[in-house]
Amino acid sequence: MHQFSQLISDLSHSTKTNEKLELLSRYFSTADERDKAWMLALFSGRRPKRAVNSAQLRRWCQEAAGLPEWLFNECYHTVGDLAETIALLLPPPERGEAPRPLHYWIESLMLLEKAPEAEKQAFIRNAWEQLQPGERFVFNKLITGGFRIGVSQGAMVNAIAKAYGMEGAVVSHMISGNWDPQQTTLPQLLHNHHNNPDDSRPYPFFLAHALDGGPATLGEPAEWQAEWKWDGIRGQLIRRNGQVFLWSRGEELITDKFPEIAGLLDYLPDGTVIDGEILAWDEVLARPLPFQNLQTRIGRKNLTKKQLQESPVVLLAYDLMEWNGQDIRLLPLRDRRLQLEALADSVNQPALKISPLITYTDWDELATIRAQSRDNNSEGLMLKNAGSTYQVGRRRGDWWKWKVDPFTVDAVMVYAQKGHGRRSNLYTDYTFAVRNGDQLVPFAKAYSGLTDVEIGQVDAWVKKHAVEKFGPVRTVKPELVFEIAFEGIAASNRHKSGIALRFPRIHRWRHDKPVSEINTLDDLKQLLEQQS
Amino acid sequence: MQPVLTFTETGIYCPAGGFYIDPWKPADRAVITHAHADHARIGSRHYLCTKDSVPLLQLRLGKDISVQGTGWGETVKIGGAEVSFHPAGHMIGSAQVKVTVGGQTWVASGDYKTENDGISGAFEPVRCHTFITESTFGLPIYRWRPQTAIFGDIEAWMRENEASGKQSILVAYSLGKAQRLLYNLAHTGKRFFVHGAIYNAHQVLLSAGWPLPPVELITPETPKSDLKGQLIIAPPSAADSAWMKRFSPYSLGVCSGWMQVRGNARRMNADAGFAISDHADWTGLLQSIRATHAEKVFVTHGFSSTLARYLEENNIPAEAVRTAFGGEEETTETTV
Repeated sequence: MHQFSQLISDLSHSTKTNEKLELLSRYFSTADERDKAWMLALFSGRRPKRAVNSAQLRRWCQEAAGLPEWLFNECYHTVGDLAETIALLLPPPERGEAPRPLHYWIESLMLLEKAPEAEKQAFIRNAWEQLQPGERFVFNKLITGGFRIGVSQGAMVNAIAKAYGMEGAVVSHMISGNWDPQQTTLPQLLHNHHNNPDDSRPYPFFLAHALDGGPATLGEPAEWQAEWKWDGIRGQLIRRNGQVFLWSRGEELITDKFPEIAGLLDYLPDGTVIDGEILAWDEVLARPLPFQNLQTRIGRKNLTKKQLQESPVVLLAYDLMEWNGQDIRLLPLRDRRLQLEALADSVNQPALKISPLITYTDWDELATIRAQSRDNNSEGLMLKNAGSTYQVGRRRGDWWKWKVDPFTVDAVMVYAQKGHGRRSNLYTDYTFAVRNGDQLVPFAKAYSGLTDVEIGQVDAWVKKHAVEKFGPVRTVKPELVFEIAFEGIAASNRHKSGIALRFPRIHRWRHDKPVSEINTLDDLKQLLEQQS
Repeated sequence: MQPVLTFTETGIYCPAGGFYIDPWKPADRAVITHAHADHARIGSRHYLCTKDSVPLLQLRLGKDISVQGTGWGETVKIGGAEVSFHPAGHMIGSAQVKVTVGGQTWVASGDYKTENDGISGAFEPVRCHTFITESTFGLPIYRWRPQTAIFGDIEAWMRENEASGKQSILVAYSLGKAQRLLYNLAHTGKRFFVHGAIYNAHQVLLSAGWPLPPVELITPETPKSDLKGQLIIAPPSAADSAWMKRFSPYSLGVCSGWMQVRGNARRMNADAGFAISDHADWTGLLQSIRATHAEKVFVTHGFSSTLARYLEENNIPAEAVRTAFGGEEETTETTV
């Protein structure tokens, strides 16, 4: 555990990508073999199920530290991270027992899952007593998850590639999909692919960068293929050896949530992998339903008939990555596209559609078409070089997203709350209101969009102008006006304002605008009407 | 009976003596706990402080101020009040102010820390009826390790930087923290290169006879080769500035109590955060408050309402007071 906890500490202090890469690859070269696989599992979203919940952790820590609940909560709101709060509050450790490796702690925690509460408590309290402060933090994180140390999947892949002398793309492929760190070591995972192919293994997604300043610099329009940029869930559909798997971009297996798509099993040939967007679809208008429909399908374990009827989903296919069991990602896009079209024709099922290509002759015409994106419930356009290969991760050059400008409204800040992670102990999470007659109606929360300097200024202002305190929330004088940008608007009966926004964020601080000139609830309602 | 001290728009006021303690608006008579900018402000007609604070007040507020210095524990009569200064351990010259009127004793702590850092004086608990305490780090997450352990970490970090060819730069407040570092790192035999803000305070302290190691002012002409393997100390305002960029490659170590929480270290882009503070930690605050045997505690700048509530729940009558030493949950990173 010491080596792992040292790694976490070094990573969180390191501000340079190269240093992080060096630290990670050193870990992959020197750590305990069983720890390496767990380390990779933890940082690629394969953390085992929680054996202990956070309410239990809080309670046991309060007992161990002899603190009242309210004081624990004050500390938590200041630190902004439960695992760290607990590590800081526990009394000093009692040394004695021999240090144990990472995999011991993880596997012991897994065994606790079904244990009675008293046994869980005894284990956790004992662990806290023998671990050093830095290790306690890491131990708590094993339970609560989310290390927030700024290591991307890409950095992890590069570090493994460096430590094992392999190509990044190969590593990326090898470590994706379903595998169990208890059953496999990292070298086995990396090398035994051909003997033991995993049918469910997805390819890494190719992601686009935003196109700033328009397509004029891209060259010949004829070399580029344009599609709508759909606002659903990016997915990868795999059929191999008589089985079907649907993966989300977060490498989560979501086959069961979308039975319509899973049903394509009977129609797709073996050795097929399709990249596409999962969307709730309106067959009559031949366009996606609003995102809220898709949302009713996410996070539900059991789907009702009503949900299936009201929000049927389809896979709108973008690309074909594997065909007849062959990885075809290195073929040019135009060839993959032809193959994909032929496939969709032969499958001929409503759950598999192709993301249509937009025909245009020059960039000006395309710009005009882009302006109509919202009529299609799309966020703008995708531009892909027709000769491009299917690459790994977010790359510049061949694929671009060209989104439409967001909606904006001017609103006033009414509540502020402290943030988490590197924003801990700073008021960074704000609630905004619009006017309705002489009332202010809160309608959106936003966490991002300000620079660090601006956050510092707003934080200082909140500390001076807090009017009331409700737990961690401060009511502030309604004085600061911000322009709020968002991607979509929908009616909602769960919100007091009657509306829900999609992706609200702070566009800029309107120092120039008085509160008397902010937008009204009627403005938002009008926008809502135009959209539906 | 009139209270010995009252909280007014101008600052903490003693009606019997007609003076203010650390006033934030100009006053006729100002009694000053220590020379930090939020406690010693410009514009008062006459200042009273410890003898050790006098040169620092003159440095900060100007040579021409009217200032009187007094010895530790020496009683000064001002009107109907008896005033004396007692070590607060916060920085050189820092004091708690004890005020007695008609048998009632109040103590205003200013800022204080309980660990003796070797140069700021040893904090002295003073028995009183009413204690006015700061609460900058008034949460139980703030519990400091002994400074010997932290200086051990700092020295290890310096060795590591030297081995990997990086310049060590420590960020510390120019008045207080910087001297604490210099005094406690003097035995390393390193040359200490400092930013102008630290250099000026250092000259004043050296001429007042403080046992600090020599420092060298960094100028645009300072050759980079001179700095190799040595230590640079700079104030927080210089972190990641153009001034600092020229020392690349460097490792930035931030010395502040706020470094106790990882998010703060990450926010400051610190390569290393050393949780070393010139304020009392949670344990130090509680111990000091108990040691005064005060019947009533006023809690000022910091986590004032939290500490006051905790004291109340532990049968020590307490009240949070707003002062201009900082709003509620003040997190100013200048004097920590």
